[in-house]
Amino acid sequence: MPRLSVLLIRTALVYFAAGFTLGGLMLVEKAVRIDPVLWRFFDAHVEFLLVGWTVQLAMGVAFWMLPRFEGGVSRGNEPAAWAAFFLVNTGVLFVGLGSFLGLPQAVSLTGRVIEVGAALAFALNAWPRVRPSPA
Amino acid sequence: MPTLTRWLIKTALLYFVASLALGVVLAAKDAFGLAPSLAGLVPVYFHLLMVGWVTQLIFGVAFWMFPRYSKEKPRGREGLAWAMYASLNAGLLLRGLAEPMHSGAPSAFWAAVLVVSALLQWSAGLMFVANMWKRIREK
Repeated sequence: MPRLSVLLIRTALVYFAAGFTLGGLMLVEKAVRIDPVLWRFFDAHVEFLLVGWTVQLAMGVAFWMLPRFEGGVSRGNEPAAWAAFFLVNTGVLFVGLGSFLGLPQAVSLTGRVIEVGAALAFALNAWPRVRPSPA
Repeated sequence: MPTLTRWLIKTALLYFVASLALGVVLAAKDAFGLAPSLAGLVPVYFHLLMVGWVTQLIFGVAFWMFPRYSKEKPRGREGLAWAMYASLNAGLLLRGLAEPMHSGAPSAFWAAVLVVSALLQWSAGLMFVANMWKRIREK
């Protein structure tokens, strides 16, 4: 497994643990009413699990498994894939923490724009790799 | 395909069908003005779909396909993985029952079941991370 996939998948696991923990806290809050402020985790819970975990895991596995070039040595435009890793995590933090900390809406919006950048960068790497296997 | 993967993926498929069927019920509630209390099922619908189906499918495929832990223990601690499977599904089923019951008629009993379901799902998540972490590594 390439280093970037290790980073993507392990970071996804961290977001998974964080998102599950926030979800668990909110579920307990629903049952025993600890402190309604815990509901401020809601957006971060969704963002961490949907983009931080599911999307990032898919990126990590795709970067690892999609067909390679040059007799199996190259995974194509690797700087684009690295950019996608940094952008997706910056975006998730902006969206997740922006809502929890009560920051202006512009922070979450910026996070979403950064996530689009991550998708574009990732597509730049993956697009040419999606091709028929050599005969 | 390992036995646990088969259980995870087949259980995920059951949740897939169940969650989308529940989605039909929720859409019918709006379309035909059915009991408003059915709205208590909305979070159950999302979690059956995203945890029961998507996450559990990922767990099954990851347990099967990710790099081997070692020659002796290719898939890490299998006992822990089985405990994760049991904990995740017990937690999810209890949640599916307790969340609408507690939202319809709050009681100490359903609150306690909800807390237990949260702990079961959360611990399942941590067990999955603990078992997979060392399998995610460079060749």
